Amino acid sequence: MNRFGFSLSKGRQINYDTNDRSAAEYVIAGEPSLLACIECGGCASTCTSGNFTSFSLRQLNILLKRGENDSLRDELRKCMLCGKCTLVCPRGVNTRNVILLAMEAFNKSQDYAV
Amino acid sequence: MIMAGSVIVIGAGSAGMEVSGVLARSGVSVTLIEKTANTGGHVKNWHHLFPDHRDGADVVSYMGVRAGHKLVNILTGTEIRELSRKGGKFHATTEGGSELTGDAVVVATGFDLFDCSRKEEYGYGIYDNVHTSAELEEMFRAGRLTTASGKEPEKIGFVHCVGSRDEKVGNLYCSKLCCVTAVKQAIEVRKKLPRSKVFCFYMDMRMGGASYEELYREAQEEWGISFIRGKVSEAGEMIDHRIQVKVEDTLVGRPLKLELDMLFLMAGMEMSEAGARISRIAGLKTGENRFLLASDNHYGSNRGNVEGIFYAGSCTAPMNITETISHARAAATEVIDYLNGINLK
Ligand code: SF4
Ligand code: SF4
Ligand code: SF4
Repeated sequence: MNRFGFSLSKGRQINYDTNDRSAAEYVIAGEPSLLACIECGGCASTCTSGNFTSFSLRQLNILLKRGENDSLRDELRKCMLCGKCTLVCPRGVNTRNVILLAMEAFNKSQDYAV
Repeated sequence: MIMAGSVIVIGAGSAGMEVSGVLARSGVSVTLIEKTANTGGHVKNWHHLFPDHRDGADVVSYMGVRAGHKLVNILTGTEIRELSRKGGKFHATTEGGSELTGDAVVVATGFDLFDCSRKEEYGYGIYDNVHTSAELEEMFRAGRLTTASGKEPEKIGFVHCVGSRDEKVGNLYCSKLCCVTAVKQAIEVRKKLPRSKVFCFYMDMRMGGASYEELYREAQEEWGISFIRGKVSEAGEMIDHRIQVKVEDTLVGRPLKLELDMLFLMAGMEMSEAGARISRIAGLKTGENRFLLASDNHYGSNRGNVEGIFYAGSCTAPMNITETISHARAAATEVIDYLNGINLK
């Protein structure tokens, strides 16, 4: 089998059928402006935390929406809630509230991996 | 058919000039009013045009020929103060106090370029080496593309969507032309300065016009222009007056910083002040984007909410020159129907 490079590791595909999107739904219910995000990265570019750590709010938004929740709980801890991202967002996403609600969602449920 | 009748056309850019010429050739007397000292609108400030880099002056001279008819009376340096309708005729009073009458009115007030100093984080008007896309055309025309200190720039950046698609400045819409303008200008910079490196920072590449996508590809393949997907969050001036931009390279997923010798901001299109004034004076409805609101999205784009007042060109939405000229011709046919008493809504 190895001749073809196959292994038993978890596939890299985003499994949109089975991924758990309930954290995203929780955040969107409380902060519908997240729906307007266009993944421009303005928030991540201005983010003090993102310049020194792997944190990107843009990436967090999309991973959350895709139900790729592994790692998000840890990522969220890197945000300092300074609100700079809210100032630059061209789509008027209330980014700070997105983060707060995401933290809340992960605190409420231990199901979201890691 | 030879028509009688008279029409007041407000604005002598490409839309106003085209509509005036078409009406005049049908026998309609036109008073073409222009608030500035010259006809030709924005096009006359453009050195070269997309997608084929033709000389903007070509289009200006075309417009002059089209509107150069004995039935077109051009009044430059003239603005309208009042506009009302009495007994089926429109009466306009100019700022200078003259009275004009017409059986119909065409609004062709065009657009204004977004004032880039409103996006303070990009430093326009504060840093010496940050300019607008319109200013780059002036530099091309003057044949001089240098930094503020007179050096040949080596690294040049373009920021897309300045004043468009941005809730922070109250413009939710896409100005539609700035992506292709950036691509065109980026190529021209590379042609003029073969040693230069050029970067375009975009959120989406909107290449929806004839030959736009091809131009984009040419920019990549022939001119090596780098396209980086991310919204520039800020630009800062370095001690040597170069400009450092901050952006997330969203496709890599990491923040990126880059030092540039010059930065150009792709200014969006906004409803013109002149158009906003006419809309107030004449009670014309405007949309959420502040442009004049069409009576119908599919077949009413030359008409609004006041009978006898027609719209031509980018006073209704961002448009390129091709679309503006077509829209102006369409406005003329609507006016002719109206003057003939035909009113098919
Ligand atoms: S609030 Fe958090 S994500 Fe936003 S800029 Fe500050 S640290 Fe970054
Ligand atoms: S700045 Fe706003 S639109 Fe852009 S990625 Fe961040 S949240 Fe989304
Ligand atoms: S055309 Fe391009 S640069 Fe202009 S507003 Fe639309 S997306 Fe932005």
